[in-house]
Amino acid sequence: MLYALCFLLFTIGLYCAVTKKNMVKIVIGIMVMEYAVNLFLIMLGYRMGGVAPIIGRSDLESGLGGFVNKSVDPLPQALVLTAIVISLGSLALMISICVRTYEKYGTFDITQIRRLKG
Amino acid sequence: MSVPLPVFVAIPLVTAFLLPVFAKRGKAVATVLANLATISLLVLAIASIGQSRVYEVGRWSIPLGINLVLDGLSSLLLLAISVVSTAAMFFSIRYMEQYTARAKYLSLFLLMVAGMNGVVLSGDIFNLFVFLEIASLASYALVGFGCGHEELEASFKYMVLGSIGSIFILFAVALVYGNTGSLNMAYISEAIQSNGLNPGLTFALGLFIVGFGLKAALVPFHAWLPDAHPSAPAPISAMLSGILIKTLGVYALARVVFNIFGISLATGWLLLTFGIVGMLVGAFMAFGQWDLKRLLAYSSISQVGYVMLGIGLGGLIIAKDGNLAWASLAILGGLFHLLNHAVYKSLLFLTSGSIQMSTGTRQLREMGGLAEKLPVTRATCTVASAAIAGIPPFSGFWSKLILVIASVQAGYYWVAAIIVFVSLCTLIMYLKVQRYVFLGELPENLQEITENRGSMLVAMVSLACLCVLMGLLLTPGLRASIFAPAVKVLVDGVSYSANVIGM
Repeated sequence: MLYALCFLLFTIGLYCAVTKKNMVKIVIGIMVMEYAVNLFLIMLGYRMGGVAPIIGRSDLESGLGGFVNKSVDPLPQALVLTAIVISLGSLALMISICVRTYEKYGTFDITQIRRLKG
Repeated sequence: MSVPLPVFVAIPLVTAFLLPVFAKRGKAVATVLANLATISLLVLAIASIGQSRVYEVGRWSIPLGINLVLDGLSSLLLLAISVVSTAAMFFSIRYMEQYTARAKYLSLFLLMVAGMNGVVLSGDIFNLFVFLEIASLASYALVGFGCGHEELEASFKYMVLGSIGSIFILFAVALVYGNTGSLNMAYISEAIQSNGLNPGLTFALGLFIVGFGLKAALVPFHAWLPDAHPSAPAPISAMLSGILIKTLGVYALARVVFNIFGISLATGWLLLTFGIVGMLVGAFMAFGQWDLKRLLAYSSISQVGYVMLGIGLGGLIIAKDGNLAWASLAILGGLFHLLNHAVYKSLLFLTSGSIQMSTGTRQLREMGGLAEKLPVTRATCTVASAAIAGIPPFSGFWSKLILVIASVQAGYYWVAAIIVFVSLCTLIMYLKVQRYVFLGELPENLQEITENRGSMLVAMVSLACLCVLMGLLLTPGLRASIFAPAVKVLVDGVSYSANVIGM
């Protein structure tokens, strides 16, 4: 169910990126897609009622088997951190290109920014 | 000599971040440093031909840590990347004098090289995604480097489609991790072999094909390429068309389809169809172009089609349990064409840059009669055109010949017919370039132009020599050391995992 909602978020982002005419809205659509994928990664590692994947002294004493059975998967969290940093970089570049384009053309409407064709 | 693998990523990455520091001491220092970086990468890439080994980053053994894998296919791609980047970097010494912010340009250029080297060496699928994003982000910025109307528009278009491709790839990585519990390519491949494909993994394969297809500009996903490649500065166009689409697209797609998921009949047909449609659409679209660089960009779509055709045909024969000799021959043709296209298409873009710098225009109708004014550019452009059109003894002829032989032997006569037909189209398209640029009447306003000198000539002439000599790579000794290991990686398919874990 949650995965379906996450996929719905992804398709909303894709729809927005493909159909919108405003450059900033396209960027927002791409970012919604990016966050849907991040959410999906987090949900992959999540476990209902799980604990944070940090081994404490009591875990070591009681054996690691019990800890592994109730902790969430830490790897997707590390992946999401990396993915967020990358998407931040691409967001900054996209927005700066939008701003420079607005300075040149005076509009955000992509139907009017059409010098290249053929 | 055994080169430590992280060096291939570390040299361009470290140099890229040092350059802004050195730029304060003058542009010359930064330029020399950047050229040293690309030349040393070329030397290292040549030194690592024919080797194969695994490097575990931080000594964390796989599957706990990240590994870098050098095998035949990786070293072939490393060679292509370093040859083209060395030539393009050398060309930029003089060409980039018309732009400001030299140090930023060189930094982005080296970041792109670092990302591409990382992509071909990575043995971890998430790490591959990270390097792919490094290379892509640098290329988005470089396409918009001129900051004019057209550059910004092209950069935005490229960036939107490229980002969507990257997100698809990330989604597929997440799906693969969820279904196999590993991010290491070898372990993923092992898990898929033992458990088979489930619907989640099949969906992930589809996402990978669309994502890498967007990066490689395979035909339904090619809309950004004819805008992005002409808008970049000429050395960057050479890098983008020469190797970026092949590294981020074709190489990554081949790696995922052949080595991780294993080739099946459906994916084999899909790759072959992508190849053929790309060849035909690219060639037909290129006919109608009057902008020189735009024509070259459409021709890139057509030529990447050849590479996909070779790889897809090989995969199809393997999936059908056909004769492995013909499958290897088809893949050899595809990979050889990849290397050839990297050289002659980057040369063509460099000559277009030289023409643009001399005449100030890219429109074919505004040129003519430049043969006397630009003798070296003319000679190198003719060599490259002959190579791309497949005129013997230039390099393009041999790779197309191999593709034709492989498809005839495997019984796909119609594929051979299409290869020859598109080759003819390519010949006509480049005759048009020769006719409008170098022959005919010299327009009034171009009477005063002169040939470009210095580094631009050296870069163009050395690539032209490579175009002539590349046929020699098929001699048995060189073929055994350069192409045979690369072909073997793809033909062996999923036994990649056993090789990597065993190393």
